[in-house]
Amino acid sequence: MQHSVSIRDLSLNFGHVKVLEHLNLDIAEGEFIVLLGPSGCGKSTLLNCIAGLLDVSDGQIFINGKNVTWEEPKDRGIGMVFQSYALYPQMTVERNLSFGLRVARLPKDEVERRVKRAAEILQIEPLLKRKPVELSGGQRQRVAIGRALVRDVDVFLFDEPLSNLDAKLRSDLRVEIKRLHQRLKNTMIYVTHDQIEALTLADRIAIMKNGVIQQLADPHTIYNKPVNLYVAGFIGSPTMNFLEGEVVGGAEPVFKANDGTVIPVKTYEFSQAPNGSAVKGVLGVRPEHIAIGEAAKTMPFATEVEIEIVEPMGSDTLAYTKVAGQAIAFRADSDVHLASGQTVLIGFDPARGSIFDAASSNRI
Amino acid sequence: MADYAVQARKSAGGGLTRFLYNTFIRNLSAKIAATPMMATVLVVFVGCTLWTVWYSFTNSRLLPTGEFVGFDQYRRLFATSRWNTSVNNLVIYGSFSLVFTLVFGFILAVLMDQKIRFESAFRTIMLYPFALSFIVTGLVWQWIMNPTLGLQGTMRNMGWANFTFDWLNNPRMVLYALLIAGLWQGVGFVMVLMLAGLRSVDDEIWKAARVDGIPTWRTYVSIVLPMMRGVFVTAVVLVGSGIVRLYDLVVAMTDGGPGISSEVPAKYVYNYMFGAGNIAQGLAASTMMLITVLIIIVPWAYLEFGGKGRRS
Repeated sequence: MQHSVSIRDLSLNFGHVKVLEHLNLDIAEGEFIVLLGPSGCGKSTLLNCIAGLLDVSDGQIFINGKNVTWEEPKDRGIGMVFQSYALYPQMTVERNLSFGLRVARLPKDEVERRVKRAAEILQIEPLLKRKPVELSGGQRQRVAIGRALVRDVDVFLFDEPLSNLDAKLRSDLRVEIKRLHQRLKNTMIYVTHDQIEALTLADRIAIMKNGVIQQLADPHTIYNKPVNLYVAGFIGSPTMNFLEGEVVGGAEPVFKANDGTVIPVKTYEFSQAPNGSAVKGVLGVRPEHIAIGEAAKTMPFATEVEIEIVEPMGSDTLAYTKVAGQAIAFRADSDVHLASGQTVLIGFDPARGSIFDAASSNRI
Repeated sequence: MADYAVQARKSAGGGLTRFLYNTFIRNLSAKIAATPMMATVLVVFVGCTLWTVWYSFTNSRLLPTGEFVGFDQYRRLFATSRWNTSVNNLVIYGSFSLVFTLVFGFILAVLMDQKIRFESAFRTIMLYPFALSFIVTGLVWQWIMNPTLGLQGTMRNMGWANFTFDWLNNPRMVLYALLIAGLWQGVGFVMVLMLAGLRSVDDEIWKAARVDGIPTWRTYVSIVLPMMRGVFVTAVVLVGSGIVRLYDLVVAMTDGGPGISSEVPAKYVYNYMFGAGNIAQGLAASTMMLITVLIIIVPWAYLEFGGKGRRS
């Protein structure tokens, strides 16, 4: 199968600083890929390399089977949307959309047709005669998307397009972008540091750290089966609870926390079955996978805890406590009444958790 | 009925009290702090301007004591060939100076913006002439352009016997000699202004233009240049005010010569007021300069600040 975008062994150095290292990525046609990571992880740099705005130090980039590693951005068949919208401030919306096409000397009726189509798709027809200063943030970003749209390209690149918008607009436009993808079925590469955007939009998420892709998988896998401690801690809000201890394999494998508390992990699907000897490990459990009260009784592991702090969040309540001497947060439905000092029974099924090797920090 | 009248008078009285309170008592410390500056503006700018205009209608000579003579001084002014030459010179010098300073300043700034090595060294070199006074600039260029000592003499000594560069002695070219010196001094400053303007353009605009396939020169002309409107206005005001008060460069370089071929209005004003002992004539000339400046400034200020809320 031909890939829409292929990145082969891509490296980028700024002097002695290695920003991207031997990076490989294959993106299928029509796929929505999100590059996710904290600032400085190289995700925007990677996007700029794909766009051709940065020269790579080593490796190759293919778009639609064509080696574009040294092509100019305009010849790569890409459209790009920026965080600051980057509209040309002195031009009307219509001119913003058509300027690139006019410079490329496209026939006038073709330019008009494309602008009209983009305006119709993005519902910005009433704004065509206005200048960018007269638009709201959301409208500006629509125009910026439109400017990528009129280029009639196969690959769309988004560089944190929603980061400058307020929360309400952000979720609106997020849905809009998803709808756009479903309608156009273009390949889209989307950079963000917002995990909600990543989880909601992506077909596959690439989680990056220090210029290396940590895990490339669909959102469900990323959330449920993180490959290492970094990914586990990065995805999910509130973050995953980590219990330190050791894993003892055998017919009835158990996780022994540092204070000696034994948690049976027979239900957990090990990728590499541990042998008899004990291995230093970390058991990760998401706050939303911890059951309380009656429900906890049926879990493979349950224990009585005293609640330290309660944070009501509206739809649910977050409580902080200690299990096996280590801090744990758990999430309860908002109509379960919790108070600090109260003792409750909580429990979880390790099958929904993750176990990592403490030495390599990889999932086992 | 009577009640209404009393009430109306009361509320009017209340309005007056409030008006007095707002005018004199409210934010008193701020008002006291602003008083010296307001007094300076009123006395020096407004007062002296009115004084100037008033005495230009008298026949004062050494002291401002003359009697009102209507437009006599103005009639005399425009009958003086020295004044007419001055105005002509200023128009020619001013238009060339304005256009070339802006164009060269912008081009230099664009060149400087190409991520070149030693940029700050170049910037300092370009800005250096601006640190000199016009007197120094004028003297230096007078020496360079002096036919026997300067460039012409040097070239002839080196063997080019027919090399001619005598603009300072040529009544038709002397103005352009002034222009060269003026540009040499002024371009660097405009370049720095423009460079700051170029640097304020968001990097993502450039990226977007590259993705759109817009050539670099086209990006400068069609996208960046319009974004720098504010910088251009500032540059025009600064360069323009420099042109109107052009005086010291002329004095140092040509002293108005040869003949009266490089006279300028500011020099005319100075010579009549302090040299020729004819205050009213000098004041009439300076009033004409004021009117010229107002004709240029007022429409611009109206466009720039008039329609509030229209611009964001």
